[in-house]
Amino acid sequence: MLAAENYKDIEEKILKGERLSREDGIRLFHCPDIAWLGAMADHVRKKKCGDIVYYNVNCHVNLTNVCTSKCKFCAFGRDLEDKGAYSMSKEQALAVVRDAMKDPDLAGLHVVSGLHPTWTFEHYLGIVKALHETFPHLYMKGFTGVEITHFAQISGLSIEEVLIRLRDEGGLQAIAGGGAEILSDRVRGELCPNKATADQWLEVARTAHKLGIKSNASMLYGHIETLEERVDHLLRLRELQDETGGFQTFICFPFLPKNTELGKSVKQTSMWDDLRTMAISRLMLDNFTNIKAYWVMLTVPVAQVALGFGANDIDGTVHKETILHDAGATSPTALSENQIIRIVKEAGRIPASCDCNFNIIKQYE
Amino acid sequence: MRLTPKQGEELLLHGDPIELGQQADAARRKLFDDTVTFIVDRNINYTNVCKNECKFCAFFRRKEHKDAYLLTYEEILEKVRETVECGGTQVMIQGGLYPDLGLDYYEKMLRLIKQKFPSIMIHSFTATEIQYFAQQAGLTVLDTLKRLQEAGLDSLPGGGAEILVDEVRKRVSPKKIMTEDWLHVMECAHSIGMESTATMVIGFGETMAQRMEHMEKIRRLQDKTGGFRAFITWTFQPGNTELGGEKTSGWDYMKTLAMTRLYMDNIKHIQGSWVTQGERIGQLTLGFGADDLGSIMLEENVVRAAGTNYEMSINKMADLIRGAGKQPAQRDTEYNVIRRF
Repeated sequence: MLAAENYKDIEEKILKGERLSREDGIRLFHCPDIAWLGAMADHVRKKKCGDIVYYNVNCHVNLTNVCTSKCKFCAFGRDLEDKGAYSMSKEQALAVVRDAMKDPDLAGLHVVSGLHPTWTFEHYLGIVKALHETFPHLYMKGFTGVEITHFAQISGLSIEEVLIRLRDEGGLQAIAGGGAEILSDRVRGELCPNKATADQWLEVARTAHKLGIKSNASMLYGHIETLEERVDHLLRLRELQDETGGFQTFICFPFLPKNTELGKSVKQTSMWDDLRTMAISRLMLDNFTNIKAYWVMLTVPVAQVALGFGANDIDGTVHKETILHDAGATSPTALSENQIIRIVKEAGRIPASCDCNFNIIKQYE
Repeated sequence: MRLTPKQGEELLLHGDPIELGQQADAARRKLFDDTVTFIVDRNINYTNVCKNECKFCAFFRRKEHKDAYLLTYEEILEKVRETVECGGTQVMIQGGLYPDLGLDYYEKMLRLIKQKFPSIMIHSFTATEIQYFAQQAGLTVLDTLKRLQEAGLDSLPGGGAEILVDEVRKRVSPKKIMTEDWLHVMECAHSIGMESTATMVIGFGETMAQRMEHMEKIRRLQDKTGGFRAFITWTFQPGNTELGGEKTSGWDYMKTLAMTRLYMDNIKHIQGSWVTQGERIGQLTLGFGADDLGSIMLEENVVRAAGTNYEMSINKMADLIRGAGKQPAQRDTEYNVIRRF
C-alpha cells in the first residue's frame, strides 16, 4: 500500500497488528490522505472480521421524548408541557411493535427513551416487561448507560440491581450504545451536565459486562470537542474493553445540528470528517470486533462508502426512526431488508442479518 | 504502463475501490499537489424544446407544451450581465434541439454576448446541438464550428457523450447522435483550436466493459488531438424520467471516478460531480482522483438575491474543499487559477 507521507511508521504498526498510541491517533486525525486511512482501516477490518456485514431487522421504540436532561445537541427531548411531547402507554408501545410485526422477519427491538420527570423505574420496567411478554421471540436491546444511571438514581437501586431486573423481568439481552457522547467531563459539563458523567457511563458498561450483558459503545462528534478529545474518548473505551471484553460494536454519531441549541453555532461535519473518524475508530479500537456505519445519521450513500472505511455493521431496518429525524436527518426513516441487502452487495460484501448479540440469523452469499 | 480496457474492466468488476482510490489520489497529487479548483459560471438553458426526447431526460418539452420556452436575446444578455457582475468568468449556454432556428440565430447570440461582455468565456453547445445546427444549415460540422468560433464560441462542453457505445445509446436515447458523430464533432473542434471537455454518464444499466469502451474511445481521440481539458463522470438521475430505475451507488461512482483518473492518463483534469452526487460524495471525490469540483452554478434565484447568497456559495465550495484538506482556488475555462482563498 502507498503509505501517506510521514505515516510509514504507523502503517508498519498497523500491518504488524501493533497497538496505536494516543499520539498516533492524533496524527491520524491530521492525515490528509483519506484513501490511505480507508485502506488501513479496511485492511484491519478484513483481517479481523472478513467480508460479512451485519444488520438487524429491528424496530426502534422510543417510549417518550420527555426528558429532563436538556442536552444541547438534542432535538428530540421535550418538556412535559411542550407541543409535540409524548409519553407512550403500555398499549401504545405494544401497538408500535404490532405494526412493525407486519414484517415477518422482524427479529428484535431497540428501546431508547427520554429521562421522564415523573416516570418511575417500575413504570419503564413495566412497559418493557409487557413488550417482552407479548413478543417473547423478539430480542430486546435497549437503554443506554445514561438511562440506566437515571434508573438507579430514581429508584435507589444499585446499577447492578437495575440491570438484573431489566434482564430477568424485562428480557433485556443487550444494552444500547448511546449516551457516551464524548467521555470528557469538560465536554459533558458544557453540553449535557444533567446526565450520567463519563465515569458513570463507563461504570454501567463495566457492571453490565460483569453480569454477562453485552453492550455497545458510541461517540458523538463534530460539536465542541477537540480532535484530542476524540482520541481520548476512543482510548477510554479501549481501556475498558481490555478489562471486560463486553463491547460488541462501536458507533460513530456525527452531530446533526438542525433544530438543536448547539446547531446555532456549529456546522454539520463533512463527509471527509465522517469517513476519517470511522477509519480512525477502527484503527484505534483494536479490541472491538465490530464498527457500525449508522446510515440514519450518515445517510445511506455515506454509510455504504463507510463499509470501505472500516465498518462491518450497517445497523438495521429501524422501522421508524424519530430521534435523529427531529434533528434534520435527511435519510429515510426506515429501510427495507432488500434495500440493505442491495447496499451491502453493491459494496462487494456479504449481508447477514443478526440478533442484538451478533448471532447470524440469515446470510446472503 | 497504460491500462488496457480489459484491465480496467477487471478492476471495475473485482478491484478494491479503496486501493483504486489511493492510486488515483497519488496520480492526482503528482499533478496538482493540494490545489483543488472550481469555476464560477452560469448555465443558460436558452430553450427546453427538444425533438430528441431522450428517455433519461426530465428537462425537455415538446414545442406546443405549455411549459415550452425560448429565451430572447435580451433575456440571455441579462443573464450574462448578472454572471459577470457576480464574478463569473464563463457561461454555458445549452438548450434542446429547437426546430427551425437558423445558424445565424446562434451566431447573432454569440456576437451580441461578446460585444457587450468581451471578457466572458463562452463554453457552450453540446456536440448534439452542433451536429443539429449543421444539419439544419446544410453545412459540414467543421464549417459550422468555424462559423460559431468566428462569432465568439470559445469552447465546447462535453455533454451528450453519455456512454459512447451505440448499443447503449440506441436503448436510452435512440434519436440522439451516435458515438461516431459525437467523436467527430470533438475532433473537428479540436482541429480548429477549440478545446472541450468530455463526459461520461454511468448508471444506464451499461456493463463495465462498455464504460471502458467509452473511456478508450476518448483516450484514443485525445492521443490524436490533445484537445480535451477535463473528463467528468456523472450519474444518471432516474427521477422524472421514462427510463427510471435505481440511482447508481456512491461506491460505483467513486470506483469509476478513480478509474477515469488512472485510465485517462492523457487528460489532465478529472472533475468530481457534486451536482449529481451531492456535496458529501462530491467532497470525497477529492480523495479519489478528482482535482476539480466544476462549477458553483449560479442559480437564477441566487444571482437575483445579489451578493450575499452568491458569496455564500463560493464560501461553501471553499469550505468543502478545505474540509478535504485541500487548497481551494477559482479557475477560468482553461483551468488557469485566477483567485485563491
